[in-house]
Amino acid sequence: MPANLSARLCSLLLSLFLIAFALPAFAGPFEDAVAKFANDDYSDTEEAIGVVASSGNTLAFPIISALQDGRLMADPDSKKVYVTGADGKSIDAATGQAVASVPDSASAVRLNNRLRRSVDAAIGSLTLQSPDIGARLQAAQSVFKSHEETSLEAVDGALAKETNRSVKAALGDARAAILLFKPDATEVEKLEAVATIKARGDQEAMALLTGMGDQPASVTKAAASAIGSIQSSLAVWSMVQNAWYGLSLGSVLLLAAIGLAITFGVMGVINMAHGEMVMIGAYTTFVVQEVIRTRYPGLFDYSLLIAVPLAFLVAGALGVVIERSIIRFLYGRPLETLLATWGLSLVLQQAVRTMFGPTNREVGNPSWMSGAFELGQITITYNRLWILVFTLAVFVILLAMLRYTALGLEMRAVTQNRRMAASMGIATSRVDALTFGLGSGIAGIAGVALSQIDNVSPNLGQSYIIDSFMVVVFGGVGNLWGTLVGAFTLGIANKFLEPVAGAVLGKIAILVLIILFIQKRPRGLFALKGRAVEA
Amino acid sequence: MHSKSTHDIAAPFSRRGVLAATAGLMLGLASISGAKAADDTIKVGVLHSLSGTMAISETTLKDTILFLIDEQNKKGGVNGKKLEAVVVDPASNWPLFAEKARELITKDKVSVVFGCWTSVSRKSVLPVFKELNSILFYPVQYEGEESERNVFYTGAAPNQQAIPAVDYLMKDEKVKRWVLAGTDYVYPRTTNKILEAYLKSKGVAQEDIMINYTPFGHSDWQTIVADIKKFGSAGKKTAVVSTINGDANVPFYKELGNQGIKAKDIPVVAFSVGEEELAGIDTKPLLGHLAAWNYFQSIKSPENEKFIKAWQAYTKNPKRVTNDPMEAHVIGFDMWVKAVEKVKSTDPDKVIDALPGIEAKNLTGGTSKMLPNHHITKPVFIGEIKANGQFDVVWKTPGLVAGDAWSKELDGSKDLVGDWVGKKCGNFNTKTNKCLGSGS
Repeated sequence: MPANLSARLCSLLLSLFLIAFALPAFAGPFEDAVAKFANDDYSDTEEAIGVVASSGNTLAFPIISALQDGRLMADPDSKKVYVTGADGKSIDAATGQAVASVPDSASAVRLNNRLRRSVDAAIGSLTLQSPDIGARLQAAQSVFKSHEETSLEAVDGALAKETNRSVKAALGDARAAILLFKPDATEVEKLEAVATIKARGDQEAMALLTGMGDQPASVTKAAASAIGSIQSSLAVWSMVQNAWYGLSLGSVLLLAAIGLAITFGVMGVINMAHGEMVMIGAYTTFVVQEVIRTRYPGLFDYSLLIAVPLAFLVAGALGVVIERSIIRFLYGRPLETLLATWGLSLVLQQAVRTMFGPTNREVGNPSWMSGAFELGQITITYNRLWILVFTLAVFVILLAMLRYTALGLEMRAVTQNRRMAASMGIATSRVDALTFGLGSGIAGIAGVALSQIDNVSPNLGQSYIIDSFMVVVFGGVGNLWGTLVGAFTLGIANKFLEPVAGAVLGKIAILVLIILFIQKRPRGLFALKGRAVEA
Repeated sequence: MHSKSTHDIAAPFSRRGVLAATAGLMLGLASISGAKAADDTIKVGVLHSLSGTMAISETTLKDTILFLIDEQNKKGGVNGKKLEAVVVDPASNWPLFAEKARELITKDKVSVVFGCWTSVSRKSVLPVFKELNSILFYPVQYEGEESERNVFYTGAAPNQQAIPAVDYLMKDEKVKRWVLAGTDYVYPRTTNKILEAYLKSKGVAQEDIMINYTPFGHSDWQTIVADIKKFGSAGKKTAVVSTINGDANVPFYKELGNQGIKAKDIPVVAFSVGEEELAGIDTKPLLGHLAAWNYFQSIKSPENEKFIKAWQAYTKNPKRVTNDPMEAHVIGFDMWVKAVEKVKSTDPDKVIDALPGIEAKNLTGGTSKMLPNHHITKPVFIGEIKANGQFDVVWKTPGLVAGDAWSKELDGSKDLVGDWVGKKCGNFNTKTNKCLGSGS
């Protein structure tokens, strides 16, 4: 009996003991992993991501995607983790139960670059069979990037069910990438994988093939030949890329110079304050965006469209004031004009610095100007593309204006023969003011576009003034077509030199070439002939 | 001017005469009161560009010193005397820096100067401070390879910023391939030389290092960003170490964002991008790119919170940011005050000798110390850019790092030390036991 009792006691104790230990174990690996998010330690978070993503739990996707968006909140005191939704509702990450509110002591789980990569890989394998085509495509691409062996099963499963062609291709690439790095994949599988990757033909394919490490001899050989063929196709594409970059740089040069082509080219005023007109256009954009941000945030995507006419008016009006108050007294005295306008440029810079502060001002890109698209193997950014289109539009409008409007006719008449124009009844001084205003206004418009790719600071104009003069002089003073050709020639020459000589030497080489060219042809590419030359 | 107006008094009584005389009298009074003021105030020179290219960075530092002087005067000044700021504008013009420095020391008789940003401006004023034996506090991270008796370097030397940043990338991000991109002038060139030597000593091959220089204010980054992308597609983890200066950063980061280079693919660690520079950029595409500094505004410490509050109240701008060179001025100013109080004098020789060994609290919760080589000890932080333009510290050195005046990575300087206490020499060669003197 006592023996029996002691045995019972023993078993009771044992079961109590077991219960005591089983309780935390009851929580399960998933719950344990979730609690690790609250440790604020990068390695713990990484471990938690791995366990949660492979747990098969329905909460895995909400948790990981919340982590990606900074919506996963962790309370370091209670070690509780919450998923907050976009709608403001929150759930307990471990149990999935709704909670009334997240405690104040909770803060978003922090990520670093390494963790962001794991999160992407986890999201990728979790959304391979999402009903949304875009999500599936993205998932396949992120699996391709991470090419973790563990995702192979998921990829195979998704591949069997996939019907969309582009997603299927992306999944095929992802599968090939995984097989390349899988140590126990057969040689046949690997050779097939190399062929699939080779067909992609882009830089990521190169990265995979060069970085795959030790492989059977036949695979290494196939990879080497694949690398060779990708390289030669990429070399052709890099020429196309240089040409595109050259066009893009040319359009920026043209945009900056086109106003100067009027004030300097047509009127002959050495306007050192031209860059400041560009800067004022950029600041007008900033002011427009500020007003839109505070009052009408919905209009943000149209901010540039609103800023263009305003910048034209502000810079143009300022141009008219400058012409009336300073420049008209200095016609025919180039040195004095140069000094006066240079002084003016300093005054304008310091005025803007006092008004807006010396630091850069943030001008945002509207959504249609952000990002890029792939054309073959080159990346074309939307902002550069739009600037090219915009520049050409400004050029055409300006040309049409000079050719077909009364003001344009008067401008040409005054620059060709001032006295004759005056005796025909043209108010030459009014035309002078308007011409200068037009040139300044166009510089202002350029400022709107340049605010999208450069700093909006008081020094913005300085960086463009030299280039603008270079373009106008190179193209031929007084000839708008010359400015166009000059700008694109310089842009393309610069971009073909840059990869060879580097940005610094490339720029020097261009300057030297221009000096030599001007020695040979002092009047630039397209010299004006006839009376205007003597005038 | 003064003598001319006294002449006018003798001229027939006229309205203009009276005006001129009054002006002259006022001028005279002003100079008398100025002379009188010199006795019971200590003058502090502020030599930062308030116009031109560098105004973007340096104006804030001028405000910082004015703020610190204001705070110190509220506490009763130094040695019973009030501090008085003398602000000059060298206008981002390097030779003008030397002229203005001379003016501050000889004409305004300042006891100390806080100033300069670019290395070239510091090099330009060096001879002036040596000749006239005055004190300069230089608050910006720089390329090192210098230790002067009259200069106190409160910014980071390369081993307090660049080397720890590279270590972090190597260990934590497993980076194997390196792009060293910089603006074409002395700081990036020297820093990259040091980094290149350091990377090679860690076994990085020459073909895994790409060095690229761009002109000041470079704005067309398409080719270079495409090159970086290409360099990064060689199957090894790649990172960019950026010594790109100030203004050129905005178009650089914009191009990175537009071409879709994310920090998780190719991270960029920058040495010249802080809170002030980010204030002009939409930082959402930059999430995760890195910066290495000795201070971040986002660091939580009682000292920092108090400082930010007081600074924003002083500038009457609740959004005004703080940055690393500002903290360097805070530390330097505090050290100078302590040294002057210690020797009870503003005599340059006494203050210079008293400064090494002086300790001052930095804003991140530690205590920095002035070393015999005139550099200070600082903690090093790596921060990731957040969507709100602030930094999230992802790594820091376990303790404070002592600034090396002479890099241990370069052949020419690894045997040199600066020691103004024992050896009284800025470039003492420990191998030959000789002081190279001012000749090199």
